[in-house]
Amino acid sequence: MSIKASTRQVDKVTIVDMSGRITLGEGSSTLRETVRDLVSKGQKKIILNLGDVSYIDSSGIGELVSSYTSVNNQGGSLKLLNLQKKVHDLLQITKLYTVFEVHTDEAAAIKSFG
Amino acid sequence: MAEARKQELKLESTLDSVDVAEEMVRRFAEENGFSEDEIHQIGMAVRESVVNAVVHGNCYSSQKKVTLAVESGRDRLTIKVQDQGVGFDPDDVPDPLASENIMRKSGRGLFLIRAFMDELHVNRLSEGMEVIMVKNSSPTTSKEEGK
Repeated sequence: MSIKASTRQVDKVTIVDMSGRITLGEGSSTLRETVRDLVSKGQKKIILNLGDVSYIDSSGIGELVSSYTSVNNQGGSLKLLNLQKKVHDLLQITKLYTVFEVHTDEAAAIKSFG
Repeated sequence: MAEARKQELKLESTLDSVDVAEEMVRRFAEENGFSEDEIHQIGMAVRESVVNAVVHGNCYSSQKKVTLAVESGRDRLTIKVQDQGVGFDPDDVPDPLASENIMRKSGRGLFLIRAFMDELHVNRLSEGMEVIMVKNSSPTTSKEEGK
């Protein structure tokens, strides 16, 4: 299954709606390029909506970590929204669940940026 | 669990081979009565081990192949992935859960295989490495099969 990423703006928050699989190759590079593009445009409040992401491998996890770090390094923050159970479990196993701020409600996620 | 059977594939050292390997083993596991969650775990373990073989072992070389073998036995699935690379020592792979490594971009593949499979054996061959993974059928799966 191919990966898709589309962005939309709500106030000053950019929401990236992703769908498909974030795995080594097209999936992880799409995530990397999307976040890199947003950071280069000065977007500092980013939500990755992973509601339609059914599968992430170790490369995808690495890309999430890398994206988180690059946004943080620019003084911004990247938050996750709507994790499917398998993705949620993967972040638990790798102890990254507490690193990321994870939301289940889009409005609350937007509001959390203040 | 169906009667014992075996399937083997020789794969090119490309990322397309990763999808082929994952799909083949997922189908094999499904035919052998594993649950959906177990199939997901097996598929991910195969993906991670074939990625390691293609990327780190064979370094995408068209001269080198990845051999994948899957065998069903009594209530268990055994998967072997062999590459033709220079090899590595699994003890040298940093613990991805250590605080100093938690934000590293890579290094979680072997950890995930260990987390998802019941056994993991990594052997150095005369040429390359061999990863053997075993998944036992859970009691629930066997019970459902017996219904």
